[in-house]
Amino acid sequence: MLKLFKKTKDKIPKSEIIIEPKELKTPPLSKCGKPLLLDNTRWERRLHKELMSLIKEPPPGVTVDTESVQQNLSEWKINIKGFEGTLYEGEDFQLLFKFNNKYPFDSPEVTFIGNNIPVHPHVYSNGHICLSILTEDWSPALSVQSVCLSIASMLSSCREKKRPPDNTLYVKTCNKNPKKTKWWYHDDSV
Amino acid sequence: MDSDNEFLDNVDSGNVSSGDEGDEDFGMDVDPASSTERQLDTEEYQYKVLTTDEIVQHQREIIDEVNVVLKLSTPTTRILLNHFKWDKEKLFEKYFDGNPEEFFKCAHVINPFSKGTEAVRQKTTRNHPEECEICFSLLPPDSMTGLECGHRFCLTCWREYLTTKILTEGLGQTISCAAHGCDILVDDVTVTKLVPDTRVKVKYQQLITNSFVECNQLLRWCPSVDCTYAIKVNYAESRLVRCKCGHVFCFACGENWHEPVQCRWLKKWIKKCDDDSETSNWIAANTKECPKCSVTIEKDGGCNHMVCKNQNCKYDFCWVCLGSWEPHGSSWYNCNRYDEDEAKAARDAQEKLRSSLARYLHYYNRYMNHMQSMKFENKLYASVKQKMEEMQQHNMSWIEVQFLKKAVDILCQCRQTLMYTYVFAYYLKKNNQSMIFEDNQKDLESATEMLSEYLERDITSENLADIKQKVQDKYRYCEKRRTVLLDHVHEGYEKDWWDYTE
Repeated sequence: MLKLFKKTKDKIPKSEIIIEPKELKTPPLSKCGKPLLLDNTRWERRLHKELMSLIKEPPPGVTVDTESVQQNLSEWKINIKGFEGTLYEGEDFQLLFKFNNKYPFDSPEVTFIGNNIPVHPHVYSNGHICLSILTEDWSPALSVQSVCLSIASMLSSCREKKRPPDNTLYVKTCNKNPKKTKWWYHDDSV
Repeated sequence: MDSDNEFLDNVDSGNVSSGDEGDEDFGMDVDPASSTERQLDTEEYQYKVLTTDEIVQHQREIIDEVNVVLKLSTPTTRILLNHFKWDKEKLFEKYFDGNPEEFFKCAHVINPFSKGTEAVRQKTTRNHPEECEICFSLLPPDSMTGLECGHRFCLTCWREYLTTKILTEGLGQTISCAAHGCDILVDDVTVTKLVPDTRVKVKYQQLITNSFVECNQLLRWCPSVDCTYAIKVNYAESRLVRCKCGHVFCFACGENWHEPVQCRWLKKWIKKCDDDSETSNWIAANTKECPKCSVTIEKDGGCNHMVCKNQNCKYDFCWVCLGSWEPHGSSWYNCNRYDEDEAKAARDAQEKLRSSLARYLHYYNRYMNHMQSMKFENKLYASVKQKMEEMQQHNMSWIEVQFLKKAVDILCQCRQTLMYTYVFAYYLKKNNQSMIFEDNQKDLESATEMLSEYLERDITSENLADIKQKVQDKYRYCEKRRTVLLDHVHEGYEKDWWDYTE
């Protein structure tokens, strides 16, 4: 779990230049409501495939806001439900995934958005998440689905609803992009 | 080292001068046989200056030496060596000591002798298409590749993955397999094979060369700006090394040659000078805070009745006891509450800070003073050169005027030594030996200042012979005193004379 943090200084911020890939015009839908592949760049193909598998076989409690994706393939809104039997039972949360043009070689920027930010020792009140696979432990073989699963399990294993100890200071001083924070991952048990 | 001789350029040679206040032993155009940069120990410190190509070559030699014994593949050996910071003895020790599973696991390499790898290889000879887990494309097996760990991705994804790691993250020898949670390292041959772009390859080569030099204890990059040489030694020690670019530094810490002080104290000192801890010391020693609004106040005279200048505060208080002014009545210059325990303790603490600050400033000023003078001395080289030319027009031969350059060389060395003696002295606890050291320091300092003064005098044809005499005597004396001081400090290191304050 995170105890300390500081702004990334020495390391080149990974996603300094976020080149927005050109937006897709609303793609024609196939019979089952899935958008069809228009462009065959590797970046889009990967995102499309991920999207389809997420729509087709979503992990429990996870749904993609397909409308948001149709507007812009590089920003996904994903709804996630608090599991039964956990501290977050009955709550709904929304995650925002931003993919830059280096995805999947560069990690996606993932934050909680909306009115309900989970109260959790690894989640700051501005939606930033302290999770190692979102920065240094990212691997291109991970996916949106595996990130969702990690976040869901992070929520499920929580035993006490509280904010990170340095929440106030962090929220005041952090960069808008959580990837520019140099995180210290202290404790994987929560 | 070969470079020493050309620099020292011993014009004079022969007997040893008396080395004492040498005003009377003139006429001896001789020099102590010592080279001015002579090490105190008699044995030479062996080192080599390597170019970037030689570093790469050296790297290969180490790998080959290890491979004669281990008989592994070159890329694997490279990863292993990198893991052991290029210390082949340590590698051998661990290799023959412990269990091989553990050995390869720690180095993030698949054990080449384990049977598991065979299975992976067989698995990969299948014919049907495989899906790349990164781009999700179905591809024939010959478009897929992977390390011994068995995680396979397509060639395009590997290329992009490695390029991102190298260019964006600046990783070299420490790039691991692209699979999540797999820490098996990608070897250099695989990288070069999978990345066709020369620009990326060059960068990769730089990165692995750099990590080779940085983690190898027997190598150090020359710290001089834009210098691409590295120094290679046979054993790492705090010793003087001279790069081909002319820069002279300490091999152990990379700072300018800092005899007689040791690396760790110099490091402490530099940090102390750099950070603003001394500024806050000054503030603590010289100021107080308004007891009400906490604004910092420096008292520069006047009575103890303070009125805070902060317009929103205007608090009346006593400087001495920091209490409200009211109970003091009309005794403006004295505070009868002064001796209260609390006030006394505060006063003592402040007193302590003041004296420690004064002590620091004493050493700091002298240290900076020599550093400053050294910079001026460099200008002196220019003016001395001009003088030497003038003198040659006054019927003196080239060889006869070389004493001037030599004098400036010695002057600079003395300044540099003196500069670091203050760092040494700052951390030194007082004892009998430290007093001897201080006498040596004083002696060298006054002689150095005199030499400096002689060199600044105008040289005319009338006083030329006289000046030459004086300069030569003085620089010999300086050199001698410098050696005495350094020998004494080194003897102290060996005999454990020195106690430190921290």
